[in-house]
Amino acid sequence: MSKLSQKNSNSSKKFPSTVCAACTDSCSDVLNSPLKLHPSVALRPEPFGALAYHYDNRRLIFLKHPSIVDVVKDLDQYPDLQSALCAHGIEERHWDAYDKAICSLIESDVVVPQ
Amino acid sequence: MTALTERMKDGLDAPICITWELTYSCNLSCVHCLSSSGRRDPRELSTEEAFRVVDELREMQVFYVNIGGGEPMIRRDFFDIVEYATTSGVGVKFSTNGTYIDAATAQRLATMDYLDIQISLDGADAQTNDAIRGEGSYDTAMAAMRHLKNAGFGEFKISVVVTRHNISQLDEFKSIADAFGAQLRITRLRPSGRAVDTWHELHPTLDQQRELHQWLLSHGEDVLTGDSFFHLNALGDSLPGLNLCGAGRVVCLIDPIGDVYACPFVIHDEFLAGNVRDSGGFAAVWRTSDCFTDLRGPQSAGACASCGSWDACQGGCMAAKFFTGLPLDGPDPECVGGDGEHALASAGAIPRPSGDHSKPVSVQLGRRSTT
Repeated sequence: MSKLSQKNSNSSKKFPSTVCAACTDSCSDVLNSPLKLHPSVALRPEPFGALAYHYDNRRLIFLKHPSIVDVVKDLDQYPDLQSALCAHGIEERHWDAYDKAICSLIESDVVVPQ
Repeated sequence: MTALTERMKDGLDAPICITWELTYSCNLSCVHCLSSSGRRDPRELSTEEAFRVVDELREMQVFYVNIGGGEPMIRRDFFDIVEYATTSGVGVKFSTNGTYIDAATAQRLATMDYLDIQISLDGADAQTNDAIRGEGSYDTAMAAMRHLKNAGFGEFKISVVVTRHNISQLDEFKSIADAFGAQLRITRLRPSGRAVDTWHELHPTLDQQRELHQWLLSHGEDVLTGDSFFHLNALGDSLPGLNLCGAGRVVCLIDPIGDVYACPFVIHDEFLAGNVRDSGGFAAVWRTSDCFTDLRGPQSAGACASCGSWDACQGGCMAAKFFTGLPLDGPDPECVGGDGEHALASAGAIPRPSGDHSKPVSVQLGRRSTT
């Protein structure tokens, strides 16, 4: 495991949100991407959703809805995000919101390609 | 106030940020010490008991713990406890005055994962620092930082408590941090511990607080604050962070004898929730204690209810109010609207912190006590 990096500091400075300030190319076509939870990320269930802790960069990230936690937890069981959303019974009209949320989790390295 | 922050007020299943003071023993006698440290308490948790605390934190998925003191490195089992924690998946950030970080120790620290170090420094020069932390303490801290840099530890933290006398040195602190490849962390002085007697002379003036707010806005991304300056949000632009008092909700303190307090700055019976030695351990204290349950209930804005800034500052810091004799549902003593100064003029009796572990006689600062 790598030593603490500059990003580690966020753990004490502030609690980064899952807002994606500027989605880059890494977020393109998320719905059709094979994804998984980063192996160094632990999820702690909380009333609002979950607290994600990234052991590599020591960032704390809030997952602000229980249903996004459900989707993220077993992403690796599905060929792509779209299939995962279907399997969890998420209606297509809500996919855009999940697309954005997963995109921000990719930005913070919580979700990575399979 | 975001929906998430509102949920945080109800408390979490486990704390996000735990401060764990391993010992009240300290070789220094800083005039603002929040835990009035100096002498070891004979009831201190044993190594085995400390391991059980780590076990509980791991089970509760507390991802990291802030270890402090006193001077935590004084404990002979310091490395045992830290290694037990980090190998259990509970990361450690520890605060130290640097006395016990020589070249060899720095090498050892540099090999450890999930470990972060915070060196305390309260002046950008020896004169300013030593007036607070004791003679020779500036040189000691600088030597420790050199050892960490030479050992290739990587980015450690330099932790500064902002006072009336060092607030003009923020740029110099930043330069020191940059020179060591370190990160600057600045936090608010609270009137806790020995600072109950020194806060009135040391806390920044209103004008200085305005300057600090501006400085933080322009350096926000590079400087850590532990969210401790949220009372400044009443000045307008909000600082990054949760903007709420996390005491008993997302934060707590475990002291050297296992007592659990709502936050590191309220070591007083009023905010004592229980002890890790109680049946049910730390988890039961966190989840079911009356003290924490009360803190998670609705809090009254009290005298601040009619102030237009309440949403921005949330009434400020509970500890700052408590240890200046102010009501908890009124303005912070450093209220940037000036209401704190008025309130202080008619403040009640100032509570004394629960334990005074100060050395019984004035010792030569910077040396080990022989008592």
